[in-house]
Amino acid sequence: MHVPDGFLDAPTSVATGAVAAVGIAIALRGARRELDDRTAPLAGLVATFVFATQMINFPVGAGTSGHLLGGALAAVLVGPYTGLLCLSVVFVVQCLLFADGGITALGTNILLMGIVTVVVGWALFKITQAVLPKRVSMVAPAAAIGALLSVPVASLAFVGLYAVGGSVDISLGALATAMVGVHTLIGIGEALITFLAVGSIAAVRPDLVYGARPVLAQRTLVLKGAAR
Amino acid sequence: MTKVSTRWLVVAGIAVALLVAGIGSRYASGDPDGLTKVSQDHGFASAGTSHDGPFAYGGWSGVVGVVAVLAIVLVLVLFLRRRRSSDEA
Repeated sequence: MHVPDGFLDAPTSVATGAVAAVGIAIALRGARRELDDRTAPLAGLVATFVFATQMINFPVGAGTSGHLLGGALAAVLVGPYTGLLCLSVVFVVQCLLFADGGITALGTNILLMGIVTVVVGWALFKITQAVLPKRVSMVAPAAAIGALLSVPVASLAFVGLYAVGGSVDISLGALATAMVGVHTLIGIGEALITFLAVGSIAAVRPDLVYGARPVLAQRTLVLKGAAR
Repeated sequence: MTKVSTRWLVVAGIAVALLVAGIGSRYASGDPDGLTKVSQDHGFASAGTSHDGPFAYGGWSGVVGVVAVLAIVLVLVLFLRRRRSSDEA
């Protein structure tokens, strides 16, 4: 979903750049609280994994492909603030070293693929976690649900930006239908990759998974209660 | 149950990322991605312009990208943790 230069006009790109800068500033503050001895080692891994996996476009039919965005994956593994920082580093490297995503569109790409997927992915993860049984085995499915919906929501956010500052006058309804349609399919791939990545780390070291902490804390309390 | 060490897990994970970047990327779909395809179908693809980057995805370039991302994040984490500990002191 990397937006190139030229799809959105200059004022819109300046505005998304400002929103991205504010988002990163908030994330820098929040990440200082998240980055403890368990989160810090995983941050590098999450960023490299997202970067590497984004190179692998998977087919979704009709001559179209998609790749992981990674918001839910990063937020659940290292926390939403650190997760956004990891993704932002990925988008900057992609833009400057690999010409993937426009330079004036860097703020747009950080907003759509970073901020939107992290916020939506993390919020849906927390809601799903509250509904599902409080077990470590439920962390990966909850992350997958956040991942599944974060992609079509990000595509809808692009349509919103296009409505404000799109370069070519086209039917917004048709654009929204097409974007949400194809990105719902890409969301299934996003959910699958997120499930596997979060599930494998949660299986061996649940204590390293940021999103598993409430479940682990509760389990410890139950065990302490039973011991009395 | 023997606990997998954090170091082992991170090293194994980064090895997977390097394999994906160096080898897996050869098998990536060459079809346009969702946004590119929609922009072609809906007549705004031509509005997009591209710039040149020093690297292309796949093979050793992909590995260079992985190393660059890892290095930047490690420096960032180190910096933020130093700020955190000086705040608490």
